[in-house]
Amino acid sequence: MRFGVVVFPGTWSDRDCGWVIDQVLGPDCELRYLWHKDRDLKGVDCVILPGGFSYGDYLRSGAIARFAPLMESVIEFADRGGLVWGICNGFQVLCEAGLLPGALIRNQVLEFRCEWTHLLVEQTDNPFTALCERRQVLRIPIAHGEGNYFADPATLAALEEADQVVFRYCDPNGLVVPSANPNGSLHNIAGVINQRGNVLGMMPHPERCSEAELGGTDGLLLFRSVAEHALRALTA
Amino acid sequence: MKLLAKVVVTPKPVVNDPQGVTVGQGLRSLGFGEVEEVRVGKYLEIRLDADGEREARERVADMCRKLLANGVIEDFKFEVMARS
Repeated sequence: MRFGVVVFPGTWSDRDCGWVIDQVLGPDCELRYLWHKDRDLKGVDCVILPGGFSYGDYLRSGAIARFAPLMESVIEFADRGGLVWGICNGFQVLCEAGLLPGALIRNQVLEFRCEWTHLLVEQTDNPFTALCERRQVLRIPIAHGEGNYFADPATLAALEEADQVVFRYCDPNGLVVPSANPNGSLHNIAGVINQRGNVLGMMPHPERCSEAELGGTDGLLLFRSVAEHALRALTA
Repeated sequence: MKLLAKVVVTPKPVVNDPQGVTVGQGLRSLGFGEVEEVRVGKYLEIRLDADGEREARERVADMCRKLLANGVIEDFKFEVMARS
């Protein structure tokens, strides 16, 4: 299968995602970098919008990136059911583009938070967490200043009702408590998926914990989930 | 017609504004005890060359909806005036 990693000016996690795909995942996975000014998705099976500060985060995080020529292709790809995975700044871009509900505002603590977090996996019937156990606790780091998930009460209720919250910040034992919430996100939300189940946004960085040398491998579970899903789809 | 649009974008009342809370605390600790609440937003000046004020207003509202404000979390208001 083929992963595409989008590069905007100011993206910083593209090479980390690329490394995992190219060096860690195995020979069945190919990598293509997708430049923001292009429109060609190069036949990829999954588009990753990685972390960083696209266009300097000017105006609002992700606000300018959503108008990049490539994003038109990404939105069409998502509309056709293609897998789109937004990580950190990528999550912000997906919300700004309207592919995911809600918005990410400044951290409640007014700090840039760069630390390990624990995530409760609430949903596993999607391509991104299929290899996780339901209610498994993953240890994945965050690095952001604007990861405070907000949605109006009706949207939030609809998300919960439709089981679209995939990850919640929790303590090491899997308890979703305020003290485990690093940024003030409503309902401790760390990641949400669209209704169709093909567009995921998450603030934590799985690409930074996909090798034991980096302190953990929980992130690799998500990359492997996507790869296996895509390979199954290709051979079906 | 040379016009100037002054746009103000603010967080919606239902959105938590940690920046505003912190600025409010700062003001109170400086002795401005009358401060009840601060909301921090953005101010933009846009120079336009438009056919008329009415058209310009419609265009600026469109700019706000499409880019300058995020309707999920922000409100906007603006005025349009002549400039030399």
